[in-house]
Amino acid sequence: MKRELKIFAALVSIFVVAYALPLGNPKIQEGIQEAFRLLQWYARNHTLACVVPALFIAGAIITFLSQSSVMRYLGPRSNPISAYAVASVAGCVLAVCSCSVLPMFAGIYQLGAGLGPASAFLYSGPAINILAIFLSARVLGFSIGAARFIGAVIFSVAIGLLMALVFRKGERKKAEAVFQMPEPEKPRRGVAKTTAFLASMILFLIFSDWYNPSNVTVKTNYGKQFKAVIIHETKDMLRFQLEEDISENKMGDKLELQKTEIADMQEQKTWVIQLYHIRWYLAGLCGLAVLIMAQRWFERDELRLWMTNTWNFAKMLVPLLFGGVFVVGFISVLLPEKQVALWVGDNSLRSNLVASVIGAFWYFATLTEIPITQALMKLGMHKGPVLALLLAGPALSLPNILVIRKVMGNNKTLVFTLLVVVMATLTGIIFGTFF
Amino acid sequence: MAMKKIQILGTGCPKCKKLAENAEAAARELEIEFEIEKITDINEIMKFGVMMTPALAVDGQVEAVGKVLSPDEIKKMLG
Repeated sequence: MKRELKIFAALVSIFVVAYALPLGNPKIQEGIQEAFRLLQWYARNHTLACVVPALFIAGAIITFLSQSSVMRYLGPRSNPISAYAVASVAGCVLAVCSCSVLPMFAGIYQLGAGLGPASAFLYSGPAINILAIFLSARVLGFSIGAARFIGAVIFSVAIGLLMALVFRKGERKKAEAVFQMPEPEKPRRGVAKTTAFLASMILFLIFSDWYNPSNVTVKTNYGKQFKAVIIHETKDMLRFQLEEDISENKMGDKLELQKTEIADMQEQKTWVIQLYHIRWYLAGLCGLAVLIMAQRWFERDELRLWMTNTWNFAKMLVPLLFGGVFVVGFISVLLPEKQVALWVGDNSLRSNLVASVIGAFWYFATLTEIPITQALMKLGMHKGPVLALLLAGPALSLPNILVIRKVMGNNKTLVFTLLVVVMATLTGIIFGTFF
Repeated sequence: MAMKKIQILGTGCPKCKKLAENAEAAARELEIEFEIEKITDINEIMKFGVMMTPALAVDGQVEAVGKVLSPDEIKKMLG
């Protein structure tokens, strides 16, 4: 019955939108166009090379990596150092579905390695699933993708240690239960084979996502020559960021030139660019390796399970992502650019704080944080606050905070929330200063 | 035969629902008396000592953790 009600509610909302949408309003028209344009951009640029392979990898991780062996490092009587280390990266392996993060967090806290590692896991877990990282790197830029991963891992350890330090006296309420470990499954093949298999898939993704940094050497009609990065190209204009000083312009300055002003433009022959040109061959090789390994080392039923898991992820994530992209495209036109620039337009303490507080309380459905920050960046959000938002966003949300409060009480939840906000703000400022 | 109490531990994600469906199907096929209880409260789940959801308990005894069992696998546990 509940299901039928939901369907009815969905139909009613579609009806209301269709009935009332003021199509004559130019803002609305622009919004609809932008929604489709953004959707097409994701479909053309990110779907086949990034989202689809990442879904297969997520499926493979769930199927072939033994999660129970990871949880072993987070159980009771585990070595604290390895518990922190594993907790900070375990999200890669375990947290592909955000709904599994909270029970694991509660488990690590009450039954397993305790408050510190549990907090570390809660902070990094949701942020570092493989799809989120690769998609952030593609859509928001390599430096943000990398910083998101590294920031999440490093600061999760810091937050875990601080939590453990602040509450070192508090007796943790041990659940009165015997720790139920999932039965260890007997491995069907050596660790080396599984590693090689997963590594080839991840390499495939790295190559297929390899991007062209567009470093060029430009000669102008007035005999000037300089090295620069192309930031934006239109039909007859090019926008550069300089890589060296030329007369009145300094390195890092942005410069616009008409195409007619440019006498010659050559790609710089860096290894990144050369690799870019052969990326599909490399990705193809990795893909072939994956197929051969799958054929030779894996049994039928395992492969079927892999496909089932991949399909389950696809069913869960694809509507969220593309629905999110569409809605964000529409709304981004209606957002006031001035307000965005005012609140998060620079790398000040306030901008970063605003971004991380919003991130901490707002609920982002899995992956939708990416189109949302992308839209905000287009409206002038600085890279520092972007990272702050990406770090605080998936780790916490209001519904999330309520569940955490039930697990570990008011004080610890308050301190954890504060730590997340402070850490995300600091990371944002540091990152924003350098990039 | 006494009534079997089947408990599904999980916070309500798709996998937990799938496990509940499979458990129900298994119990029906065996034609035993049963009741299914879904435990979604995270603290209650912890009392079972379960860290990875979904999990399945029969008569209060945890039988499987962290995976969706097929109806056939569940039948063995109920039998």
